Amino acid sequence: MTLHKSLAIAAGLLMGATSLFGGAQAQDIKVGAVLSVTGPGAFLGDPADKTLRMYVDEINAKGGVKGRKLQLVIYDDGGDAGKARTFATRLVEEDKIVAMVGGSSTGTTMAMVPIFEEAQIPFISLGGAVVIIEPVKKFVFKTPHTDRMACEKIFTDLKQRNLTRIALISGTDGFGKSMRDQCAAVNAKYGVEILAEETYGPRDTDMTPQLTNLKAKAGVQAVINPGFGQGPAIVTRNFRQLGFAVPLYQSHGVASKQYIDLAGDAANGVRLPAAALLVADKLAASDPQKAVASAYATKFQTITKEPVSTFGGHAFDGLMILVGAMERGGFDPKVIRDEIEKTKGLIGTAGVFNMSASDHMGLDLSAFKMLEIRNGDWALAE
Amino acid sequence: MMARFRQNRWFEPALIALIIIIIGLVLPSTYYFRIATLVLIAGLSATGLNLLLGYAGQISLGHAGFVGIGAYAVAVLPAKFAVPSLLAIFCGTLVSGVVALIIGRPILRLKDHFLAVATLAFGILIAMVLNNEQWLTGGPDGMAVSRIELFGIRIRSAQSWYWISGTVLVLAVVLARNLLDSSTGRALRALHDSEVAARSAGIDVARIKSIVFVISAVFASLSGSLYALFNGHVTPDIASFLNSIEIVTMVVLGGMGSLSGGLVGAVILVVLPQALSFFHEYEHLLLGVLMILILVFMRAGIVPTLAARWARGRL
Repeated sequence: MTLHKSLAIAAGLLMGATSLFGGAQAQDIKVGAVLSVTGPGAFLGDPADKTLRMYVDEINAKGGVKGRKLQLVIYDDGGDAGKARTFATRLVEEDKIVAMVGGSSTGTTMAMVPIFEEAQIPFISLGGAVVIIEPVKKFVFKTPHTDRMACEKIFTDLKQRNLTRIALISGTDGFGKSMRDQCAAVNAKYGVEILAEETYGPRDTDMTPQLTNLKAKAGVQAVINPGFGQGPAIVTRNFRQLGFAVPLYQSHGVASKQYIDLAGDAANGVRLPAAALLVADKLAASDPQKAVASAYATKFQTITKEPVSTFGGHAFDGLMILVGAMERGGFDPKVIRDEIEKTKGLIGTAGVFNMSASDHMGLDLSAFKMLEIRNGDWALAE
Repeated sequence: MMARFRQNRWFEPALIALIIIIIGLVLPSTYYFRIATLVLIAGLSATGLNLLLGYAGQISLGHAGFVGIGAYAVAVLPAKFAVPSLLAIFCGTLVSGVVALIIGRPILRLKDHFLAVATLAFGILIAMVLNNEQWLTGGPDGMAVSRIELFGIRIRSAQSWYWISGTVLVLAVVLARNLLDSSTGRALRALHDSEVAARSAGIDVARIKSIVFVISAVFASLSGSLYALFNGHVTPDIASFLNSIEIVTMVVLGGMGSLSGGLVGAVILVVLPQALSFFHEYEHLLLGVLMILILVFMRAGIVPTLAARWARGRL
């Protein structure tokens, strides 16, 4: 093959790509999303991607919002904050979206925040950390529980069990660090004392030394492990191998079936705060979330053939909040923002949302359920 | 006539400047300006690495480490130590240069794979520090970068950054041209062809290598600073191993040992993912296929291959 031919192939590829630019129908309402569908954050972005596509299709099949169809524009940032920012600029400038549901992690979210604040377009983030909504940013909202709430939920549970002296072992990834800081900030309020602390790297494969240190510390009554990914599963295994006899608490960061699969039998007895979604079928019939959570879980599992995770649920909640706001106020981004802030009593998979000018998440501690893993499955601890 | 014009040593820098000006005048929106600015910034670090990789024949797999130093200099110094941003850029380049000098001497004595591994370790070390020293760098979620002020004007628009980055890049290319035409440049080429021969001709090989390593580190640091100031937010991803590989890829695709090769590589690696974003699932596949095609059919890289064809009048 000559150079001319190879150039022609390359040019053909490029043209094929560019011809796909801007194939939108003028009548559709554009909703944007920048998600970490690939890369290390894929376990967050992938279910969110599937959820958004699934429900936008459903909404459109039922006639759309106020008679207008929604058009979803999703970009994959691969977990890179710089890329996320570029795609956010693209959504705002080129795609002219009216609102955005996305931003899988705290890092990518924070990189995109200035763009949406400047363009005055509402941005419902799926990131976890409390910095996203504190201090309140006019156009930024989020649907997942904060890491501070996870700490508070765990501490509440500890107090009920009369356990007040704990040890922390946290991941050095963004999630683990942020939650560790939040736990260390609110422990005094609950009369919980942190006796010892250890950390591990995101790719560490053995946490026995750290856990041995914690085990040697006299008086530790419980261990909390803020972190996500495979780290907590290894901690759980090592914890059991060492014969550590105190209760182990994980965070909402491992609230997916993969954690139980990775940790195996060692996971039994572990407690963690998580959304009601994981135990949708075990909720009491009187629970207000029962209907919404089971409907979402069933739909997600039927269509994707994958176990439901809370990360997709957060995207569902974000989309429902947005759709509710558009139903009430129309399609002007500033009006949508005002209406999102007025969201009251919206039942989502993560809890009941009551937004206000000072609270751009709208969840309280009741949104978290304390779960315990029993026989390789989630169960309500209470 | 045309051939003589082309052989002028300022032809390439002038052409790059001209293209930057023309593109700057026709770009329609902030989004395009943003992409173009990212190309220029990536092009700057690739041009620096090209001096090392293409001319000195030394491989660095940790160049993103220097980019990280530059980026975090303008993020951390103004925020934590009230250093003005302009001075912070300078501090970043100074630190990168000194670090390159200190580690360069022992590392550049290593050859082949050992050098690659040593620079790789350096890059990973920087990324680890940025990830772990949360009190200073904000940890894995990164930190905000305060906007730079020049003559009392706060610079934030992508347009302004386009022209700033363009100017810096052209200056860097001119600097590189000057370096290559100096005695150091000739020594470099000798070194590239045969280290033994160069040494026997009286060239201080270690010194030349470390000069080029320092210059390429300064370019990388500068590009990191521009990137951080332009973005207004940095995360440790910028110093990641993947980013180092991306810079190397830009140089190899664009053409090693060609002044504009790094820039052309940057165009491909920055623009293509944007153009392919609609293919979503196949984006990486197509990128990979394209890279293989380029490497198979344009073995020397895009710029040298095309330049050779052009010179033979066969394009």
